[in-house]
Amino acid sequence: MKTYWKFAVLVVVIVGTLVWLAAGGINETKTYYKTVAELNQMGGSALGKRLRIAGDVAPGSIVRNGRNVSFVLQQDNLKLRVVYSGNDPLPDTFRDGAQALADGKMGPDNVFQASQIQAKCASKYQAKPAGKPEDVNRAGM
Amino acid sequence: MENLGSLAVLIALCISAFAVAASIVGGIKRNSFLIHSAERAVYSVCVLVTVASGALVVALLTSDFRLGYVAENTNQTLPVLYKFAAWWGGQGGSLLLWSWLLSCYASVVVFTNRRKHRRIMPYVTATLMITETFFLIMNNFAASPFKVLAVGRGVTSVPDGNGLNPLLQYPAMAIHPPMLYLGYVGFAVPFAFAIGSLITRQPGDDWIFTTRRWSIVTWLFQSTGIILGAGWAYAVLGWGGYWGWDPVENASFLPWLTATAFLHSVMMQEKKGMMKVWNMVLISATFFLCIFGTFLTRSGVVSSVHAFAQSSIGRYFVVFLAVGIAATIYLIFDRLDYLKPEARLESVISRESSFMFNNLILVASCFAILWGTLFPVISEAFTGEKISVGPPFFNKINVPIGLFLLFLTGVGPLFAWRRTSLESLRRNFEWPVIASALLGAGLFAAGIRNFYALMSFSLCLFVLWLIVVEFWKGARSISKRTGRNLLASAVELTHRNTRRYGGYIVHVAIVLMFIGFTGQAFNQDTTQEVKLGDHIHLGHYDLRVAAVNHGEEANYTWDRATVEVSKDGALLGSLTPERRFFPASNQGTSEVAIRRRLNEDVYLNFAGMSEDGQRAIIQAYINPLVSWVWIGYWVLLAGTLICLVPSKVKLQYARTQVIGVSEKYAPLEK
Repeated sequence: MKTYWKFAVLVVVIVGTLVWLAAGGINETKTYYKTVAELNQMGGSALGKRLRIAGDVAPGSIVRNGRNVSFVLQQDNLKLRVVYSGNDPLPDTFRDGAQALADGKMGPDNVFQASQIQAKCASKYQAKPAGKPEDVNRAGM
Repeated sequence: MENLGSLAVLIALCISAFAVAASIVGGIKRNSFLIHSAERAVYSVCVLVTVASGALVVALLTSDFRLGYVAENTNQTLPVLYKFAAWWGGQGGSLLLWSWLLSCYASVVVFTNRRKHRRIMPYVTATLMITETFFLIMNNFAASPFKVLAVGRGVTSVPDGNGLNPLLQYPAMAIHPPMLYLGYVGFAVPFAFAIGSLITRQPGDDWIFTTRRWSIVTWLFQSTGIILGAGWAYAVLGWGGYWGWDPVENASFLPWLTATAFLHSVMMQEKKGMMKVWNMVLISATFFLCIFGTFLTRSGVVSSVHAFAQSSIGRYFVVFLAVGIAATIYLIFDRLDYLKPEARLESVISRESSFMFNNLILVASCFAILWGTLFPVISEAFTGEKISVGPPFFNKINVPIGLFLLFLTGVGPLFAWRRTSLESLRRNFEWPVIASALLGAGLFAAGIRNFYALMSFSLCLFVLWLIVVEFWKGARSISKRTGRNLLASAVELTHRNTRRYGGYIVHVAIVLMFIGFTGQAFNQDTTQEVKLGDHIHLGHYDLRVAAVNHGEEANYTWDRATVEVSKDGALLGSLTPERRFFPASNQGTSEVAIRRRLNEDVYLNFAGMSEDGQRAIIQAYINPLVSWVWIGYWVLLAGTLICLVPSKVKLQYARTQVIGVSEKYAPLEK
């Protein structure tokens, strides 16, 4: 029986350490997924939290200024101004109308400070005029 | 063509459902007519799904743009290889590939066991065909690749397709999905044998012996698939790394972890008759994680950088997983009596306990990764807020796990079964411990302050030392007896017990990979906008932009930067990172240039042109030791293949069985 106690203690120690590490890891890196609409509802509580905002890049809103890129994320009629100042160049898929995810924090001036941008291109066929076939509509990556 | 394909999968679905029913009824009633009929149904399903796959491939190769799948995933100018690879480039096709592989595997299993295991085979067939039926349902109703484009009632076509995702237009990527799927699908077989053995209340470990080779081969495919994926990420995605804890990557890694645990813990069952329930749990977990991996990749439930798929097939998977897991748990609980261990743990420092901790750690890692991957889903369910965790979470927990595993890799094989004396510990570990402590101190003196890196390098030396000594001791004793040289003796030694020494070689491979992983601690990078003639300084390197050219290929246009690389004043050559633009999918990709060396890679990514079009944005990375990850893979391949060679000493193995210590097989090691 003594052996089993030894095992139990070792297992508890190992699992405990891992849980402790995991809990720390979660707190350090947790990021809240929000849409532009949900972000608006959060109001002041959004300040300081790490956020990932999903929306569409408003056509014509991308302005590059040196290393900073500012643009507007929109969802229906709601808009959010975003300034990206990360190191990595923006992905190729980041264009007018693309679905984008911006990681970062909300600034006090209601401009979202993004440190990372992911973007998914809108499908080639989606932009086509009416009469588009049903199946091709869903095409894309 | 599409009619032939649709019809074939539809008939295959009916026959597959029949095979399930016939083999279950045949198994219960012991009706050999029904059982044989079910087995022939398996062959027919294989033929039908092959026909369907053939129809899809022909459509892809001939660019039949009436088919939605063809239009979505190929275009006219796509090279033939990638037109073929588009088979698994999209959802419908890759699920058809699943069905096809599974039907082929099932046929092989049924054929090779046509005179063996008659008692459990009906249930093996049934389990495989239930899975096949599930995938065929999706091929038919949820994600058919044979849908034609229609406007109103008329079939239509588009002049040219969307093209294959340019990121996938890379040779390693063309074979990465089938490799991974060969691994995913393959675990259905050991799982089916485990279930068959549970249902028929087999007391022995037959299912393990029967599927041992199968598990190893499948594991090899899986490892290959994962490494190909990492190699692809490194060479194509352009962010300088090969592993980002992306949900899709995790999906491929999860079943690999449980499978690795399984490969180790079956040894406990073979040699000691222990951990029987655990092995059942592990093989089931592996199988369901394989299904889950397909689900994660294909359903888009967790948003991924890859984001290849977004669809509603998720519900089918959830139902299948829920029912399957519930049924398996019920079966295991119901048959616990047949899974009693034949021996108990005797000491904390023993081979048994090292296997146990290896399993604990692998499964903990698997659980942590699963938890992290699904965190957005879990948190949304419980708190209503979607919260994701990033790579630091995964690293934080998996780095210590990896190091502990590395440690066990070294000490485990040297612990004796049952218990290990302190004397033998001292004898075995004295020198390696001293050597690795010296290495650690030396590296510290050389200026390395990263704790994990120091630990990792020391442990790598420790493990390598122990493995080399194992080979050397064995080879020397053979050489003394036979008079052959050491090298020939080492080959002879390996041949006598291929699983053991092949396993050691796989361990060496893991050590080499860890050396590569540890290199990441010393990565350097910079991103700069440069004009022609500008210099970038990074580490010892001086990078000079010599030219930027532009050109066109059939399928894409490119911009290419020529960068001269020199180190400490000496010109080493030039690198040509490239940007490609694919008009068909309206998408660009990077073709990074890498100068691969054993000590470090210089990795350049031409990220784009600056807004004014005057300067090129170049990302430069120095990635020390990355090559060892790929070298490690080749060693892993060699080691695993050696494991598959039959051992020379099989006769001895069988003889000791009669007078064996445990009920089944006497341990081969001393």
